[in-house]
Amino acid sequence: MAEEVLLFGVWGSPFSRRVEMALKLKGVEYKYMEEDITNKSPALLKYNPIHKKIPVLVHNGKPIAESQVILEYIDETWQGYSLLPKDPYQRAVARFWAKFIDDKCLQPVFKACWGEEKDREKAAEEATELLKFLEEELKEKRFFGGESIGMVDIVASIIAFWLGVFEEASGVKLLTTEKFPKLCNWAHEFVSNGVIKENLPPRDKLIAYFRNRFGGANASK
Amino acid sequence: MANEVVLLDTWVSSFGMRVRIALAEKGIKYEYKEEDLRNKSDLLLKMNPVHKKIPVLIHNGKPVCESLIIVQYIDEVWNDSSPLLPADPYQRAQARFWADFIDAKVQSVTRRVWTTKGEEQEAAKKEYFETFKILEGELGDKPYFGGETFGFVDIALVTLYSWFYVYESFGNFSMEAEFPKIMTWVKRCMQKESVAKTLPDQKKVYGLVVDLRKKLGLD
Repeated sequence: MAEEVLLFGVWGSPFSRRVEMALKLKGVEYKYMEEDITNKSPALLKYNPIHKKIPVLVHNGKPIAESQVILEYIDETWQGYSLLPKDPYQRAVARFWAKFIDDKCLQPVFKACWGEEKDREKAAEEATELLKFLEEELKEKRFFGGESIGMVDIVASIIAFWLGVFEEASGVKLLTTEKFPKLCNWAHEFVSNGVIKENLPPRDKLIAYFRNRFGGANASK
Repeated sequence: MANEVVLLDTWVSSFGMRVRIALAEKGIKYEYKEEDLRNKSDLLLKMNPVHKKIPVLIHNGKPVCESLIIVQYIDEVWNDSSPLLPADPYQRAQARFWADFIDAKVQSVTRRVWTTKGEEQEAAKKEYFETFKILEGELGDKPYFGGETFGFVDIALVTLYSWFYVYESFGNFSMEAEFPKIMTWVKRCMQKESVAKTLPDQKKVYGLVVDLRKKLGLD
C-alpha cells in the first residue's frame, strides 16, 4: 500500500508549520489541508475529536494530534535526519526545553505584545526572564540541537520568526541584540536555513493578519 | 561507575509519585530526599534552576526535570525490562497524547475543585466531570489505558487516586458513583506493588489539604 501522509494546518500557525519543517527535513512527502478554524472541516473534527485543533497528522489513515507528539512520531517513524539526539539524557534535555518554550514562554510573549496596556510591562519582564534561560542554554552552540537543527530549534521557531512578526505588528520590542546576542544570532541562522526558509509563512501577510486580529487601538502605527 | 540515582520529591505530589512508580516498576534503587517546598534545598535550586520544582531525578549527578520527561528517561535508560511505553511509534504517540491530556486538562482542573467555592467550584466540577468522562471513554473495556499492560498513561493518571478523597470531600461527589469504570481501573492498578507501595493513604493527603486550606484562608 502506498504511504499516505496528510497534514491539517493553518498557513500562519507556528504549530502546524513546525510539523511541516520536520516533514521537510526528513524528506517525507505529504498532502497539506488548509483549515479554516472559524469553520472546521468534518475531517478535522473526526481526526481530533478531543481538542478539535490543528495540527493533525494522518499517517495511513491514523491520526496524531498535538504538535510535539507529532514531532516525536515523525522522528521515530522516518529514518535519516535526526530531530532528537540518540542519547537518553540529551533527549530528556531536549524535551525539557521544548516543553519550557510551549508551556512557559508563549503566554507572556503574547501578552507582552498584545495584552491589555496595563498588563504589558509585567508580561514583558516575565518574557525577558524566560528568554534569558534560552539564551543561556544556547551557550556556544550553533543551534539548540548542536551542529544541526533539531526538535528544540523547530519548536523555538516561534521565537525565531513569529516573535519578530509580533514585534513589528505591535511595536513592542523583546528580542534585542543587546539583551540576547546569542538568541538573535541563532534566530538569524535558523530562518536562513534553506529548508526552514521555504516553510515559513509570508512575513508581510502574517504581520497584517496579527495587526488586524489583535491590534485594534493597542497597535502602533 | 556505580549507578547513582537520587530523587528530590515531596510525599504528597502526584507528579513525584509518577517517578516513584516508574522506579519501582524497573526495580531501581535510589535515594529519596523529601523537600520542604517552603524552604527549598540548595540542591533543588541548583538541579532545577528554571522551575525550582519537584520532582527532579539526579542520575550520576545529572538532573532530569518534569515528571513525564523523567518517566520516559527512566524507560529509555533502564530498557531491559518492564517497558513503560509501547514499542510501536503510533501507540507511543497515543500514549504521549493522553499523558499530555492528563497534564493539560486533568491536573489543571483538580486544584480548582478543592480551592474554590460557589459558582467557580461548580464550573470546575463540570469541567472535571467532562474530563473524566473523556478518560472513561478512552479506557473503554481495556484493563489498562495502554491495553493489556500497565504503562505510561496509567502511571500519569493513577497517582491522582491518592487525591480522590480530597476532590470528593470538597467537591461533594463520589468517584465510584460517577466513574465506576475509572474506579475498577484504579483497583486493578492498586494490585500492583509499585502503585500500592507508592501512593500515600487518601486520608493522610486529606489531612494535609485541610491544613493547607486553613493556611490559604479557605476555611
